[in-house]
Amino acid sequence: MSADPALAEPAWLRRLLIALVVVAMGLLVALPLAVVIVESLAQGWQAYVAAIAEAETLAAIRLTLLVAAITVPLNAVFGIAAAWALTRYEFRGKRLLLALIDLPFAISPVVAGLVFVLLFGAQGWFGPWLAERDLQVIFALPGIVLATVFITFPFVARELIPLMAAQGRDEEEAAASLGAGGWTLFWRVTVPNIRWALLYGVLLCNARAMGEFGAVSVVSGHIRGLTNTLPLQVEILHNEFSFAAAFAVASLLTVLALLTLVLKAWLEARHGDALARSGRH
Amino acid sequence: MDIRVESLHKQFSGFAALHGIDLSIRSGELIALLGPSGSGKTTLLRALAGLVPIDGGRILFGERDAATLTLRERRVGFVFQHYALFKHLDVFENVAFGLRSRPRRERPAAAEIAARVDALLRRVQLGGLAGRLPDQLSGGQRQRVALARAMAIDPTVLLLDEPFGALDAKVRVELRRWLRQIHDDTGYTTVFVTHDQEEALELADRVVVLNQGRIEQVGTPDEVYRQPVSSFVFDFIGRGAQIAGQARAGQFLVDGRPVYALRSTIGDGPALLSVRPHHFEIAAPEHGLRGQVRQQRQLAGRITLDVQLEAGAQVVEVDLDALQSGLAPAVGARIGLQPVAGTVFRAAD
Repeated sequence: MSADPALAEPAWLRRLLIALVVVAMGLLVALPLAVVIVESLAQGWQAYVAAIAEAETLAAIRLTLLVAAITVPLNAVFGIAAAWALTRYEFRGKRLLLALIDLPFAISPVVAGLVFVLLFGAQGWFGPWLAERDLQVIFALPGIVLATVFITFPFVARELIPLMAAQGRDEEEAAASLGAGGWTLFWRVTVPNIRWALLYGVLLCNARAMGEFGAVSVVSGHIRGLTNTLPLQVEILHNEFSFAAAFAVASLLTVLALLTLVLKAWLEARHGDALARSGRH
Repeated sequence: MDIRVESLHKQFSGFAALHGIDLSIRSGELIALLGPSGSGKTTLLRALAGLVPIDGGRILFGERDAATLTLRERRVGFVFQHYALFKHLDVFENVAFGLRSRPRRERPAAAEIAARVDALLRRVQLGGLAGRLPDQLSGGQRQRVALARAMAIDPTVLLLDEPFGALDAKVRVELRRWLRQIHDDTGYTTVFVTHDQEEALELADRVVVLNQGRIEQVGTPDEVYRQPVSSFVFDFIGRGAQIAGQARAGQFLVDGRPVYALRSTIGDGPALLSVRPHHFEIAAPEHGLRGQVRQQRQLAGRITLDVQLEAGAQVVEVDLDALQSGLAPAVGARIGLQPVAGTVFRAAD
């Protein structure tokens, strides 16, 4: 707090700004969080447990975990591959590719969902082809996974690209000149250098994969017990005025968010220097 | 191992980084690649290591074309400018990396790896630091780890990219002597890149002077210093003045007066006389180049005069031994400067 006196605001302004932030955070972040917890437990522990143990909710939990279990490893691999290609090679269209990586962040999730319906739905481009072979993508697991992969693609890549660009090729070249093959080089040099940033990206990717609503909502078809993920289940329960159950399920997502925050804070505190977003790189 | 480079070409998106490099490196030699930035010296070093693909010509390791060798088969010990130590591995593991990376059949047993790494660490005087991470070392220590790591694979050739560039002046001079010592002890063929002529002249058996992707001169430090083949080499290799005049009948003339007897035959015509600052003698005003002392500077063991010549109003530096300080002409004095050694080049029109 040893700000340059020439740049220091008057004390009243400083206090006002701090108060504003505290009030805003309280109203917009802390209060809803408390509401979710309080409301989910409003009818007692037993009601809470019963709401979660309900068959459709359990199915939603399983589906959400399954989607995340497929999506996150896929996007970890894609993310590493994309970061490698974009930081290690020079090729035509590289800038365009860099810009495109951010597309899933920029586009409305609903649009992303619609795109997959238009591609793989019954009336979609590949609809007849899929129907002939009795393959279902939309209103089924593949569609949900596709939409989730699309939405969460940037997290790992975004985390790795600046880091790998800053680290450069020196260590990899050193390993290669010392006789390391591609596999050794990747596992003994590249991965240790990016592991914390990779974990960070995976964490954010996972949180979003489990929490994605918009795109998944479009492709899922809301088939109870089959294609409802946790966020969709919350909506359904809420629309049916089962508020306590809706909040109980919502509390699971909230706990996931808190857990992600804690891990993220730990990563930033403990391995901040190995993350791309820290000041040293 | 002898290394031969034959008409090597390298192109970087539109501009030629190296054109037509021919160079023979003899086994056991210590060679400096010297040149300003952009001269292609680092590209040449990286091409030798196989870290950049070449666009023409070839590189021979002994009798084998390097293009047919994998990086592992080349067995080049490369020391990077910023060391490129593996940050997450301790000093021991950094040095052991090359041995551990060998295919299982050729990999030495753990005990042998440990023995070799320990021996190398002792050689580079880092015996007690095996457990440290690179972050916990000084610049000079990192440099020595990088060297030990490169030597661990028993390299066919040691390549060093600006090995002392990132160090402060005192450590630099120490490491320089020490590298020479290591080279003499191990007998490794060694090539290093530098932009510092002093470093190249002090350390190398032979110096390769590069300019704009071409070799200007290859020779012993003494040769490139005393007999530069071009005015670029003269200028880059050390301090000195280049004085414009005429070559005629074995004499170098300035304003029609002979100031220096030519030792090599060059055709009559416009020429440049290149003289090092300590190759002038102070003479009476009517001899040699006429000029006036503008400034006198003292610097560790020598006195330097700035003398403004009458011809072209050019200012040249003249070094005098500090022992002669009593004889140094005063500022403002009109004197003659007699070159006692120099090189004459044809003026580039």
